[in-house]
Amino acid sequence: MALRVGCAAAPGRALENKTGAWRVFKPVFEPEKCTKCGMCALVCPEGCVRETEEGTFEPDLDYCKGCGLCVEICPKKGIQMEKEEK
Amino acid sequence: MLEFMEGSHAVAEIIKRCRPQVIAAYPITPQTHIVEDLAQMVANCEIDAEYITVESEFSALSACLGASAAGSRVYSATTSQGLALMFEVCFNVAGMRQPIVMTIANRSLGAPLSIWNDQQDSISLRDSGWLQFYAEDNQEAADLHMIAYKVCEDHDVLLPAFVCFDGFILTHTYEPVALPTQEEVDAYLPAFTPYQRLDAENPLSFGMYATPEYYMEFRYEVDRAMQRAKQAFIKAGREFGERFGRDYSALVEGYRLEDADTALVAMGSICGTAKDAIDEMREHGRKVGLLNIRMFRPFPAQEIANALKGVSTVAVLDKNISLGNGGAVGTEVKAALSGSGISVYDYIIALGGRDVRKRDIAAVVDLAEKGEGDLFYGLRTEVL
Repeated sequence: MALRVGCAAAPGRALENKTGAWRVFKPVFEPEKCTKCGMCALVCPEGCVRETEEGTFEPDLDYCKGCGLCVEICPKKGIQMEKEEK
Repeated sequence: MLEFMEGSHAVAEIIKRCRPQVIAAYPITPQTHIVEDLAQMVANCEIDAEYITVESEFSALSACLGASAAGSRVYSATTSQGLALMFEVCFNVAGMRQPIVMTIANRSLGAPLSIWNDQQDSISLRDSGWLQFYAEDNQEAADLHMIAYKVCEDHDVLLPAFVCFDGFILTHTYEPVALPTQEEVDAYLPAFTPYQRLDAENPLSFGMYATPEYYMEFRYEVDRAMQRAKQAFIKAGREFGERFGRDYSALVEGYRLEDADTALVAMGSICGTAKDAIDEMREHGRKVGLLNIRMFRPFPAQEIANALKGVSTVAVLDKNISLGNGGAVGTEVKAALSGSGISVYDYIIALGGRDVRKRDIAAVVDLAEKGEGDLFYGLRTEVL
């Protein structure tokens, strides 16, 4: 992205701010434990847990900040946080 | 034609001729007469501008920022505590590259509360990304506003500017001033062409969030624009000279420096006193000169080094104090002359409106030539 004078940007460009870089731990989803309740997507403060074609869930790691709320809420303990080396 | 008028009125008259479309300001001593005059001109339909009344300086500059982003030529004026209240907005205006011109009627900052002159207010905003020009007299104060708009609105620059002139010493003083006619100003300063603007048909957000991957590059671009402002100022100042006979192409201006051993360095109205003091010292065979720093941001370090090449001693008069590390101008002049072998001494002087006479200037020169410097000049030790 070329810098635009005055930090000006057209609508929608905030998508380019990939906040996933802030993360230390990343959530790892285990679809085999998933009962498709969708609680993880509901509590995600970034709105970046999305439903897959199979009806299970996965995080968008471009924006996931690694807060771990999805791990806390999952009734089946089907999400673990893992240290991420960058 | 020379007219006899108050400095504040001269600035208001020249701003009227610069045709700002939006003015937002909050009255504060000693800037008040400027914005009173402009409010009157708007009310009298002498100027086709919207005057936004606000409840604080923070709002004044915020309104200016929005109006400038919408594509208007914008004006404000403030001083001291008012400028301090604008601190946050100042950085945003520069980062968003809005070419706002604002008069600073230089005044000290509290505490202790003081309405009197020094240059602490604008100096304290030196890192904000605003260009800073300092006027020696009311003619220069008026002229620098026209030049400021031309430089700021240059698409190679796109930065805001403070035009600084000393509170009371200039703002409330009557001097003969030559004001160009409306037609002459229009010919020198065409209507503002925004680089980009807020437009509902083509929406843009200004001052977006930048992650660590981009923030530094944005700051680098502002700094590069600052550096380009030097050339833009030289060009605009030269064209001003060609049209009006008063040349401002010099970022720093020497007075009797050619054969000087000792040079004073100063900004603003104190330069007038210094010139008179130098004339008297010259009559007594003292080889003294003056370097007037007209542009403090961007800092003309190379131009200062060139101008002071031949001197052996430099005495910087600082009407400000970076508490804990001497005067701001002195610090930067020392950096500009580092390795030159020139002895540079800094003198904190005239804070909070303390009067400076010719004999004070001569006393500073005496101190510098004795090698005594980096001190507060003229302290009343009996009250300490």
